[in-house]
Amino acid sequence: MIKLIEKSWWKYAGVILVYYTIIAGFLIHAPRLDILNETIRNLFFHVAIWFAMFTLFIISVVYSIKYLMNPKTIFDNMASEFGRTGIVFGLIGVATGSIWARFTWGAWWVNDPKLNSTTVALLIYLAYLVLRASIENEDQKARISAVYNIFAFTAMIPLVFILPRLTDSLHPGNGGNPGFNAYDLDNNLREVFYPAIIGWTLMGIWLASLRIRLKKIKNKIIDYSIGINES
Amino acid sequence: MIKKILYMIPAVFVLMLGNLTNAFAQESNVEMADALRADGKIYVVVLVVMIVFTFLTIYLVLTDRQVKKLEKDVKSLGDNK
Repeated sequence: MIKLIEKSWWKYAGVILVYYTIIAGFLIHAPRLDILNETIRNLFFHVAIWFAMFTLFIISVVYSIKYLMNPKTIFDNMASEFGRTGIVFGLIGVATGSIWARFTWGAWWVNDPKLNSTTVALLIYLAYLVLRASIENEDQKARISAVYNIFAFTAMIPLVFILPRLTDSLHPGNGGNPGFNAYDLDNNLREVFYPAIIGWTLMGIWLASLRIRLKKIKNKIIDYSIGINES
Repeated sequence: MIKKILYMIPAVFVLMLGNLTNAFAQESNVEMADALRADGKIYVVVLVVMIVFTFLTIYLVLTDRQVKKLEKDVKSLGDNK
């Protein structure tokens, strides 16, 4: 993964997949469903970006665990920047979901278990950034935030994937609402939905990788200047 | 046994046909943006979004290149030491 960041073929793959998402996403035949009508195409943007966020958080927590086993700066950089990009994707997910909700459910925000619990999960992740910013010692920052990141990830799983499914929810894929099965069965949508997830995930990895590389450069400069001062 | 299976085949077909016609009946009742598609104006939307994404991508690639340049500079920095 760390070596892959320096390569560029997957970036082109990501761009091509997102192009495909835009073209096919607007032009393919969508199932004629009441209320949703054409907004079902949001599936390729709103839902795909949530999935991308989840992938980014997985990468982030893996590197947090790696850091705790072997405290290397690069592991901490990976964890923090993937977490940060994941949060940005999460914010996009909330914003797009809110617009979608306005035109299908009739309100910008409804007190729905899925919506509220994902917001709590995002707030937990935002606290990760606050925590990182509040510790000055680099080693302490890396270690404490790695532990916190594991907590945040394990809190997110029940909040996003389990609790909303135990109750009723307006949001598809939860509770007594079998909505998603109906669209998932539509193979037309699947043909765009899966590439869309991969495309947006790769774009997220690209954004994170740029920041990781910049951090690496920064660390090298710091090491170099320390070397000059010592000699 | 074989007879039973043979009887079942047309029954399955009839069931499938029933489902299909049902699906079609349901489909045509729901209002979609058919006019937008018939006009071909949907291509305008696709084109606009594609241009937005193209410019963002170009910007991203240029940023990527600058980072690469910096990486090279820093590498030579380490060699001098």
